Amino acid sequence: MAVNVASEWLNSCSGCEIAILNLGETLLDLLPKINFVHIPVLMDHKHLGQLGDKQHIDIPKATVGLVSGGIRNEEHLEVAMEMRKKCDIVIALGTCATHGGIPALINSVTNEELFDRYYATESTDSGAQVPTKGISPLLDRCYALDEHIKVDIYLPGCPPHPDQIATAILALLNGETPELPFKSVCDTCPTKRMGKGAVKGIKRAVECPEFDPDKPIDEMRCLLEQGYLCMGPVTRAGCAGTNGEAPRCISARVPCRGCYGPVQQKGNQLLDMLNALASNGIDLSQLPDRDSLLRFSGAHNRLVVKQGKKTRR
Amino acid sequence: MGKTINIQPLSRIEGHASIEIKLDDQGNVADAITHFNSIRGFEKFVEGKPAEEVTRIVTRICGICPWHHHMSSVKAVDACFDAEVAPAGHLLRECMQNMAHINDKILHFYFLAAPDFVMGPDADYSVRNVMGIANAAPDLARQVIRMRQKSQMMMEKFAGKVIHPIAGVPGGFSKPMNESQRQEMVEDSKELLEFAKFSIKHAKEEIFPKYLDLVTTLGTITTGFIGTVDKDGSLNFYDGKIRLMRPDGSFDDFEDTDYLDYISERTLDVSYGKYPYAKSWNEGFSMDLDAPKGIYRSNCLARINCCDQIPTPLAQKELEEFRKSFGKPAQHTLLYHWARLIELVYSCEKTLELLNNPAITGKETRCTVTPKAGRGVGHVEAPRGTLIHDYTTDENGCIKTANLIVGTTHNLAPISMSVKQAANMLIKNGQVDETILNKVEMAVRAYDP
Ligand code: SF4
Ligand code: SF4
Ligand code: SF4
Repeated sequence: MAVNVASEWLNSCSGCEIAILNLGETLLDLLPKINFVHIPVLMDHKHLGQLGDKQHIDIPKATVGLVSGGIRNEEHLEVAMEMRKKCDIVIALGTCATHGGIPALINSVTNEELFDRYYATESTDSGAQVPTKGISPLLDRCYALDEHIKVDIYLPGCPPHPDQIATAILALLNGETPELPFKSVCDTCPTKRMGKGAVKGIKRAVECPEFDPDKPIDEMRCLLEQGYLCMGPVTRAGCAGTNGEAPRCISARVPCRGCYGPVQQKGNQLLDMLNALASNGIDLSQLPDRDSLLRFSGAHNRLVVKQGKKTRR
Repeated sequence: MGKTINIQPLSRIEGHASIEIKLDDQGNVADAITHFNSIRGFEKFVEGKPAEEVTRIVTRICGICPWHHHMSSVKAVDACFDAEVAPAGHLLRECMQNMAHINDKILHFYFLAAPDFVMGPDADYSVRNVMGIANAAPDLARQVIRMRQKSQMMMEKFAGKVIHPIAGVPGGFSKPMNESQRQEMVEDSKELLEFAKFSIKHAKEEIFPKYLDLVTTLGTITTGFIGTVDKDGSLNFYDGKIRLMRPDGSFDDFEDTDYLDYISERTLDVSYGKYPYAKSWNEGFSMDLDAPKGIYRSNCLARINCCDQIPTPLAQKELEEFRKSFGKPAQHTLLYHWARLIELVYSCEKTLELLNNPAITGKETRCTVTPKAGRGVGHVEAPRGTLIHDYTTDENGCIKTANLIVGTTHNLAPISMSVKQAANMLIKNGQVDETILNKVEMAVRAYDP
């Protein structure tokens, strides 16, 4: 019997949905076992009925609910609650859903500050007003899913690797709970590490790391040891999928920026990274922007507004 | 006032939008409003961030065209920092920029739009989707899925990440391409070109003729167009001048740094989205169907209309055939799908051309640059239109202000107008059913917000 699946995207960029499509033929093989009852990216089931005459959002019952994106406006909240009501198992798909993701960077400013800029950019006609009709009002900030509804399975990643999505779906189809390992990106990184204390300062990513492009990645020295801020130590592994390849950014020879969120669901990438740097004797005053260490995990009250300016975490 | 129909959410499109159709007492359309419901505030929250980091943040504006945001952004940061760009770096960026178009067009045509044509606009919603196609035409579906996957994975294998890429860096590209990688990509691209040729032939024989009456009526409006062209007026996705064409086909070409002289954005009470219009036409902004003002369109049909020619042979032949049938500029909205397939052929041909340039395997792919104060505008053609990133930086090379005009944004006014035109045309005397409402949505899927 096919398992009913519903899928929704909230404050999302569609990247998580594209990651599902990147399953390619695996997806085709899974399709007979999956019965999509609602998935706006691919299918025309409507919240308010096919003729748009219902009053409340109505999503069909499903065993598995995939939700990508955080919660940013009242409609997202309503849809998230409806998904929770209708789905037995809710999966938070992607770092926006699990930790707020990049859109949660907005949490360092107020909605008024956002509107003040957005409706007064260089190309916007003057006198612009914040719209009010037929659009969903913003909440005070961007929330991770579990700040509003219970989440059963966390599948971080911006986006999650298709291998992990497949593993999770297959486990659920077999009636099992999917298990994802809690390792760090460094644990899966083949670069050469020669030891602590080699660097004192932090280089900006405008400088080229040293590596020989003709040699495999395991002959490149660890980027952190080369003096680049690489967030591998405080970021959850998984971006390379399951066939043993190097973490994706490292394979492109650029440092990790933490897109899988903290190693443990409740971890704090900023505090952990500052600790890691300090314990290596690296001068923290050179970091051009500390909030960037939370660029993927700014929900859960980690990035907050304080008197028009950021801080407190 | 009669009843109101809410189509929510719009589906098989990329973003978050809904349609509100208000009927009068006779059941005719009194108004049809398209609401664009997404506001995330990138222009605000990138402030203060080191500019080179912003190139890897703005990718999250869109998971379907992250490469294009990445490319516009690195070009803008190059300009802020007065960076020299290594020639091989430029070639690699341009190559990825074109490759990323291939995937997008396969996705848009087959996954988002085709169900209306293959299953029919009146098929039940439960089968009118790619899963339905997989059952009805399993060989075609498998081929489509394989080709889409191939185009994504060839990029990921080489450049590290395909969704939310990181390999573009100020001053160039993060790493060189070696000969075996190049050869592998050439083989993959050849296969994709064959698939592109099949796709346009298939559509011209099996799809467009069947729906010709819809193609020439649904959502049709008369507007200007925007797109990027080379010095000689050829289509270009990566670099060149921006051409803004009036409905009569006359046009202005301008540098991206001057975009503020040509384009302005209007806000409306019903949408978070902003509505760009042609400020340089000096006629203001109006979405009135009978007398539109300042309205132009972006995305594939717009580019096909703007360019004088396409610089690759097969796509140029398709363009000539297209122009013979529909003129220049062509206005019918559903022709976007046809133009999309012409661009699919072009992006495959162009990718192969770039991969066959020996300079692409050059070892020096990036110059070291120094963060500094400056202003930079970077633009490319994203699948959904001319994409502009405009940054100013402070003396530390951190963002002071950012202004973005995203490809889709140019089309928000035209989409709203096409929806209204379609609703007016299809809903009469209270007669409305799911097929009719789906056809109204087809007017959106031609552009895809
Ligand atoms: S987690 Fe990343 S890919 Fe997924 S919706 Fe958020 S920004 Fe997009
Ligand atoms: S710090 Fe970065 S480069 Fe070094 S081992 Fe960890 S992930 Fe790899
Ligand atoms: S290396 Fe880090 S930032 Fe890059 S994809 Fe992996 S987890 Fe994400």
